[in-house]
Amino acid sequence: MQRSFLIKNPSVMIFLAVLTVFTILVTFSSEAFGAGIISTSFVKTLGKTLCLALIAVAMDLVWGYAGILSLGHFAFFGLGGYMIGMWLMYERTKEIVATSMAQNPIPPTAQEVVDGIGTQIFGVVGSSEFPVIWFFADSLFMQLLLVVAVPGVLAFVFGWLAFRSRVTGVYLSILTQAMTLALSLYLFQNDSGLRGNNGLSGLQNLPGVTASQDYVSIWFFWASALALALGYIFAAWIVSGKFGSVIRGIRDNEARVRFLGYSVEGYKLFLFTVTAMIAGVAGALYYPQAGIINPAEIAPIASIYLAVWVAIGGRGRLYGAVLGAVFVSLVSTYFTGGQAPDINLGFYRIQWVDWWTILLGLSFVLVTLFAPKGIGGLFDLIAERRTPDRHGADLGPDQGSLREREAEE
Amino acid sequence: MSTLLEVNGISVTFDGFRAINNLSFNIGPAEMRAIIGPNGAGKTTFMDIVTGKTRPDTGKVLWGELSRNLVGMNEARIAQEGIGRKFQKPTVFEDQTVEENLLMAVKNKRGAFSVLFWKPSDADMNRVAELAAEIGLANELMRKSGELSHGQKQWLEIGMLLAQEPRLLLVDEPAAGMTPEEREKTTDILVEAAKTRAVVVVEHDMEFVRRLNCKVTVLHEGSVLAEGSLDHVTSNQQVIDVYLGR
Repeated sequence: MQRSFLIKNPSVMIFLAVLTVFTILVTFSSEAFGAGIISTSFVKTLGKTLCLALIAVAMDLVWGYAGILSLGHFAFFGLGGYMIGMWLMYERTKEIVATSMAQNPIPPTAQEVVDGIGTQIFGVVGSSEFPVIWFFADSLFMQLLLVVAVPGVLAFVFGWLAFRSRVTGVYLSILTQAMTLALSLYLFQNDSGLRGNNGLSGLQNLPGVTASQDYVSIWFFWASALALALGYIFAAWIVSGKFGSVIRGIRDNEARVRFLGYSVEGYKLFLFTVTAMIAGVAGALYYPQAGIINPAEIAPIASIYLAVWVAIGGRGRLYGAVLGAVFVSLVSTYFTGGQAPDINLGFYRIQWVDWWTILLGLSFVLVTLFAPKGIGGLFDLIAERRTPDRHGADLGPDQGSLREREAEE
Repeated sequence: MSTLLEVNGISVTFDGFRAINNLSFNIGPAEMRAIIGPNGAGKTTFMDIVTGKTRPDTGKVLWGELSRNLVGMNEARIAQEGIGRKFQKPTVFEDQTVEENLLMAVKNKRGAFSVLFWKPSDADMNRVAELAAEIGLANELMRKSGELSHGQKQWLEIGMLLAQEPRLLLVDEPAAGMTPEEREKTTDILVEAAKTRAVVVVEHDMEFVRRLNCKVTVLHEGSVLAEGSLDHVTSNQQVIDVYLGR
């Protein structure tokens, strides 16, 4: 038991090695630092994919390990994006306003600059006043703090109310989904203070940075890779010790954990809040690469996709979540980006842009039915951890009450 | 004799059905007690009330030297006070190893943060080894508990209970589904445990109760029908009518 953390978890080492090699390969194939094989927009896609992998790790912690099927983690992801977006947009607009006002015969006052920024940002929603929530928009430090604080506080309050009332299972999922929907509908309003359905845009431009997007994209790619590595290590550390035992216990038999003296609600609340913060960080790295964030990003469907990624990748193992997110989102980019060739059946043309969601839905059903361990389960084949196929028949006297899927062949 | 647990006039009704009717019950700090009674007598409901799973409509459950009322505390809080419970069906965490199961149960701080930064000390590991030996699972520590036989799971659960170092053990039908040898071993474990703490065993099997050789409480329709030695209660005409004579 006293072995070191990394030796006990060889999969963490393998994961970090693969991630490092991948990052180096992409860097040397990029337009900024290497051969230019990978276009800048594809570097951004890969960087965004790493952010999605990070939120998938968070989702796996909360769902795969603790059994809380949250359909709200994309709301936290979006909130993280909004928080960093406010700073990016404010500073960027400030630069533009300051430059144009510098032409004036009389130098502008600080108030005039702020008013100018307000008019620029909120003109689209017919306003020029800064809402209160933009109070810290001029401070990078404060907005970075809010990236984790806003999702954290929302998750804490929501979780406290929900877990304290012992809402579990599908009812909890519905509640989280309702929260997500409510947040998204609220943000759609023009007077929500975050530019309604226009959202925040121009986020790819870093204020004060003159380097081209070729470079900026690689910087964000690195940051995303680092965040994923740290998030992965953190998650692996959480689940490797007794805390991991307790949350898996909660997933399998909540009442039993209570009778052992553990306050189940406290554990759920802790995990829900921490994973919401991780989701916020992932969102804060994602949206500057996407360039735009609007309330549609927070819609419940996004959180459902998240659950699908984790299910396809394999619940209850962290690398499964990463694989699922990377695989499904890249395949999705391929199909919805118009790159996949249409299939002409003569009487009907299958256009993948429309048919992709059907393909995804079908693969979700198939994975659930025939490969409940997901893509991650493939690694069991390498590790030779096969389970005998006895169609539910008992395993005979030697194996005792071993359940079929736990037995090794 | 001082009392560890004093159940005082509790009643509980489920949808008009009176599961527990003005039940009172006392147990001392180091005592073995068997509770018997027909189905629906309220044995499991009684345990639910003591452990905080069910809240009684009226009555008090007083605990320890300070006579604190347990009614209204949540399950985790009551477990921390020193009441351990074993369920009828063996409920161990099947996806985890025997060692992980025991470590989770070993008495330590239960808060989320102290658990997160917790590292097993030598004392904890020795305790696990000691418990494993006691329940006959010393060679199975690294096996997933789902792989254990039914009897071994029952023992693991008893081991987890002992690891909690409770002052009161509530045990629901420990011998169900066990072979005769396994029963004998279970009896030994329970009798040993009762030397240092209170043990309450709910059991249907009279032979098993006889081997425990302890005071017996007969429940019927939610209240105490008779109390005393096994021979005393089994010769009680009322007990024969409602329970034994069927």
